Amino acid sequence: MANIESKVREPLILGDKTYHQISEDISIPVEGKANKWWWLAFGVSLVTMLWGVGLILYTIGTGIGTWGLNKTIDWAWDITNFVWWVGIGHAGTLISAILLLFRQKWRMSINRSAEAMTIFAVICAALFPGIHMGRIWMAYWVFPFPNQFGPLWVNFNSPLLWDVFAISTYFSVSLVFWYIGLIPDFATIRDRAEVAMRPARRWVYNMLSFGWSGNARAWHRFEEISLVLAGLATPLVLSVHTIVSMDFATSVIPGWHTTIFPPYFVAGAIFSGFAMVLTLMLIARKVLNLEHYITINHVEYMNKIITLTGSIVGVAYLTELFIAYYSGVPYEQYAFLNRATGPYWWAYASMMTCNVVTPQLFWFKKIRRSLIATFIISIFVNIGMWFERFVIIVTSLHRDYLPSSWGMFHPSFVDIGIFIGTLGIFFTAFLAYSRAFPVIAMAETKSILKSSGSQYKK
Amino acid sequence: MSKKIIYGLFDDEEVLLKSAKQLVKSGVYIRDVFSPFPIHGIDPVIGVPRTNLHIAGFIYGALGLATAWAMIWGLLIIDWPMNIGGKPNFTFWENLPAFIPISFELTVFCSAHGMAITYLIVNKLYPGQEPYNPDPRTTDDKFMMQINLEDTSVAEGEVKEMLQSGGAIEITEKEV
Repeated sequence: MANIESKVREPLILGDKTYHQISEDISIPVEGKANKWWWLAFGVSLVTMLWGVGLILYTIGTGIGTWGLNKTIDWAWDITNFVWWVGIGHAGTLISAILLLFRQKWRMSINRSAEAMTIFAVICAALFPGIHMGRIWMAYWVFPFPNQFGPLWVNFNSPLLWDVFAISTYFSVSLVFWYIGLIPDFATIRDRAEVAMRPARRWVYNMLSFGWSGNARAWHRFEEISLVLAGLATPLVLSVHTIVSMDFATSVIPGWHTTIFPPYFVAGAIFSGFAMVLTLMLIARKVLNLEHYITINHVEYMNKIITLTGSIVGVAYLTELFIAYYSGVPYEQYAFLNRATGPYWWAYASMMTCNVVTPQLFWFKKIRRSLIATFIISIFVNIGMWFERFVIIVTSLHRDYLPSSWGMFHPSFVDIGIFIGTLGIFFTAFLAYSRAFPVIAMAETKSILKSSGSQYKK
Repeated sequence: MSKKIIYGLFDDEEVLLKSAKQLVKSGVYIRDVFSPFPIHGIDPVIGVPRTNLHIAGFIYGALGLATAWAMIWGLLIIDWPMNIGGKPNFTFWENLPAFIPISFELTVFCSAHGMAITYLIVNKLYPGQEPYNPDPRTTDDKFMMQINLEDTSVAEGEVKEMLQSGGAIEITEKEV
């Protein structure tokens, strides 16, 4: 084929695969039975999820007084978790959309799971503003709808309303993009079930595959819609975290009211998202025997993105400090001095260590290509990015203009439980997905076999 | 004119592409090609016209933008202007910068969903639809060419011979 690629480039598909072997390797986890490790992980996640759901119901029934919020710190873990989860989702869209526009072939074996991760992460994120409303049964008030209250419309000038539109668009467009890519792969599983004479499975996957036949016209439209959706999702993903950052940047709280927020948040989102992709993929490749598809080469590419975005985040931290000093505004200067040396210095220090120092280790090729080191650093980055949001939100609020209302935030067990519960929701969903869905885009992987398969590189 | 359909099964997309070019050159019309992934370069050979999905996407996007502006203008400027933080909403244009995020999001929303729905309709994809790929192996690792004899003046034997020499591993026929 006309795919000419340098021999120096490492192959992206190892093990001298044929097209049939690719279908085989990726369909087997769906067709076979789960082993005891999967059931153990699923059981633990499910229990965690139920615990979180219980505490959410307790919050809804009793009110958000069950959280550790007070008059001074009226936004804390809930919004921290919201921003953290939305940020994690961003890597999925980056891989599926931006890397498609850049024609990066290595995206093929990770895009499906990264997009699944996006969808589950956005579900976890969207929970938090919902339950923070207190009266969740009135959550539909965030949408403009004809009503008898005045008429009372939503405020189109408010970043919180922008968020409503951004998150709902982001969620639904990601879902559609993901599903359109899944249709041909569901058809592969359906036809395999037909060959294996499993009528029930064939029926289920035919429903899911919408009767995909894989004819030339359908593929032509498939490629067109993938490209245009990628083109739409690229500015969308940048806009979502920009708008999330505007929740803070448009207010007049020292430490929030800065113009650097949009690019800084977007870089941070991609940074944390790739860390979560690595955490998940390093486990998935082992458990589902996908070492030939998610290679060390893939891990290295992702680590390079982590180094880049982590460095952007590091520069943003330093810029914030410098601008606070340079602005000459005493409130702004105090906000940053207090962040670094005040009662929350430990949160600031954890953030700096995890986000700025640890990703710099990836400059060493040995570390970048080591799976264990990557796994550990990815966990560090996940923790660091959670602390980043905590630092931005809580340290800016806990000491603002009036010293008489200064305070501290102490999370209640409900705060902690709901956060851990969303981890349960996320992992339960991801584990269920890994049993029912093809975790690697088969059709797309087959299309790069001849240019990036190991046997074509010899 | 026979109503027969001839299917040629290939195990490599490059072989199929070469054979398709040769068949088309000798005047055979290829009705369709079924494959597990898109075969690049097949569309001009078998005469698949460029899709207009992207144009549809643009129109849906424009409609989305119009919806967003009509909604914001109608609700916030006409129906109930609010004075928020000393920034009154008297005119649409003066407040436009604050409306950009929602205008953008609704443009993307309508464009993406409109395109996706159109894509499903034109490809006849919906839950419960029965697939019409003639061989279940074409979603795994085989590639299949469909030739309807009614479309072409080339004799049946000749078509089969060309498929054979073009590298088809299996040739099947179906009476309609």
